[in-house]
Amino acid sequence: MIPAEFYVVLSALLFVIGGVGFLVRRNVLVTLMSIEVMLNAANLALVAFNRARFDPGAGQVFTGPSHTGQLFAFFIIGAEAAEVAVGLAIVLSLYRLRRTVRSDEADLLRN
Amino acid sequence: MTLGQLYFYVCAAIALVGALSVVVAKSPIRGAMGLLLLILSIAGLFLALHAQFLAAIQLIVYAGAIVVLFLFVIMLLGPSASTPSDRRGIFARTVGGGLFGLLGLAAIWGVFHGSSGRMSMKLPDPAFGGIDAFGSVIFADALVPFELSSALLMVAVVGEKAVAKGRQGIAAPSRGEAEIIQESREEGP
Repeated sequence: MIPAEFYVVLSALLFVIGGVGFLVRRNVLVTLMSIEVMLNAANLALVAFNRARFDPGAGQVFTGPSHTGQLFAFFIIGAEAAEVAVGLAIVLSLYRLRRTVRSDEADLLRN
Repeated sequence: MTLGQLYFYVCAAIALVGALSVVVAKSPIRGAMGLLLLILSIAGLFLALHAQFLAAIQLIVYAGAIVVLFLFVIMLLGPSASTPSDRRGIFARTVGGGLFGLLGLAAIWGVFHGSSGRMSMKLPDPAFGGIDAFGSVIFADALVPFELSSALLMVAVVGEKAVAKGRQGIAAPSRGEAEIIQESREEGP
């Protein structure tokens, strides 16, 4: 049986890779994908902790083992779908205005 | 090495390869394929963690919707989706990324050296994470956030339509606005 630390370390590695990509790359599409990587890493950590430290019989209506971490991951997936849809719409709108997808040329609000 | 350990290591290796190819790939379409690889392997790890419902949701929402949305946008943008690399600000970017990486590595070191003993995984009952248990949790204990998330998705749909429709749907740009846009285009960065 794999201990939960392994999952947490894998999640931290994925988060670091996504964060470095977010900071280093200039392409807006790659930046959005790096955010995806980071959120996936967070989901993995939440589910692993839920599996390792579930509360047997804590719910008010559902009286089984608690699913709190999995619930968080579920809502993160929902919020992320919304975020990607709006983010890609903004990318398209930026491309229509400036003919670029580089994040450092998105300076329409400057001055 | 047992079969479970082998499964974990294979999934972890695929996930790391996918995440690295998202960050390193020159063309965003390769990055999207790396993201797909990462999502598939994370779904596999969810299966190993007794989260069958989340694994299915991961495949449907991420692989089926989000990656396809990325691919649509990349294909819509065509060759201009991939930007040529340039050296401007490379020092600041490298320092920022390196500092973030060092922080993450310190956190990993802390997990291994600060934890007292391994967190053993005791087996929950077989219904844990399945659709019946998870569904009763959602519709009983977490009903309000679930409904609120549907409101969030609705707002996202409306906002996306407003943003992507651009100017012609809302109002034509006034003369001053159009001049500002034109000027900023001519000046360049």
